Amino acid sequence: MTDIWTYLQDSPLALLTMTLAAYQFGAFLYQRAGMHPLLNPVLIAIVIVVAVLLTGDIPYATYFEGAQIIHFLLGPATVALAIPLYRQFDRVRKSAIAIVVSLLTGCFTAIFSALAIGAVFGASNETLISLAAKSITSPVAMGVAEQLGGLPSLTAVLVISTGIIGAMFGPIVLNALGLRDWAAHGFGLGTGGGGIGTARAIQVNETAGAFAGLAMGLNALATAIFLPIIWHLIFG
Amino acid sequence: MIQSLTAILFCQLLGEIGVNALGIPIPGPVLGMVIMFAYLMMRGGVSKPLGEVSDTLLRHLSLLFVPAGVGIVLHFDLLREDWLPIGLGLVISTLLTIVVSAAIMRRLTRKGETT
Repeated sequence: MTDIWTYLQDSPLALLTMTLAAYQFGAFLYQRAGMHPLLNPVLIAIVIVVAVLLTGDIPYATYFEGAQIIHFLLGPATVALAIPLYRQFDRVRKSAIAIVVSLLTGCFTAIFSALAIGAVFGASNETLISLAAKSITSPVAMGVAEQLGGLPSLTAVLVISTGIIGAMFGPIVLNALGLRDWAAHGFGLGTGGGGIGTARAIQVNETAGAFAGLAMGLNALATAIFLPIIWHLIFG
Repeated sequence: MIQSLTAILFCQLLGEIGVNALGIPIPGPVLGMVIMFAYLMMRGGVSKPLGEVSDTLLRHLSLLFVPAGVGIVLHFDLLREDWLPIGLGLVISTLLTIVVSAAIMRRLTRKGETT
């Protein structure tokens, strides 16, 4: 019995299988609840996997060895976002001005509000950088954070937390405020909630998904350009 | 299916090469998305297999964030230390950003389909 446990603890196959199973469980609950945003499948899967790693005393590096196959697919999935964007391009083209204005305002709102709240409540510089980069897709956020002297892996964690918070509470807040337009809904989730916000938008509506994917890509670009400039203007 | 997957990976590869060669601050896959989009514009449509592969990948997009998210186990100490600014910063700033960009988008476009 102990032999089996020892085997499972460092078997990439077992850890990969567990990740998929945990996600399946989360997705099952999510579907059962009619895709209620609060039952976010990413959050459920992460909580389960973290609990298993802590209980079994399994290091993250061992875990990642198995799970990196899933992680790798983020690249191809990002490329695949071109397809819903192409299908919805007529709508996107008609909204070009709205997209640019909304994107830039969203980008600056994310950066300045995060810096302000972080500074008021005494965050360290590393935390501040990660907070300011939190709304963009993780590879860009990690790159920008590293460039400014922050911690890339902490940034990835905050990016994913942001996405989960956005996907869970974003739809509820938008509906409560009466912002019930699919394009606006998706664009907001993509700008503020990055990849996980986009994933949620894709699940609920194709128009929302296309606008979210577009917002995610554009915000990554805008934040990668403006965050270093803003950071150096404020903190020298 | 394999053909479509190859096309997607090829766009990503071109994207990776492109950002390295040009030194632009975006990740390879994002440039790859632009390349794929340009290819679709030239081709004038999405082939059925490509549509199926991309739909499959994107339907489970949120699964792909789990391995990186589990990385939280590496940062429990820092998170405990800065929990207040991190917690408030994440929640307030994220929801504010979503609402602001959605509201502007709504205001500046004609009314579309509603949720």
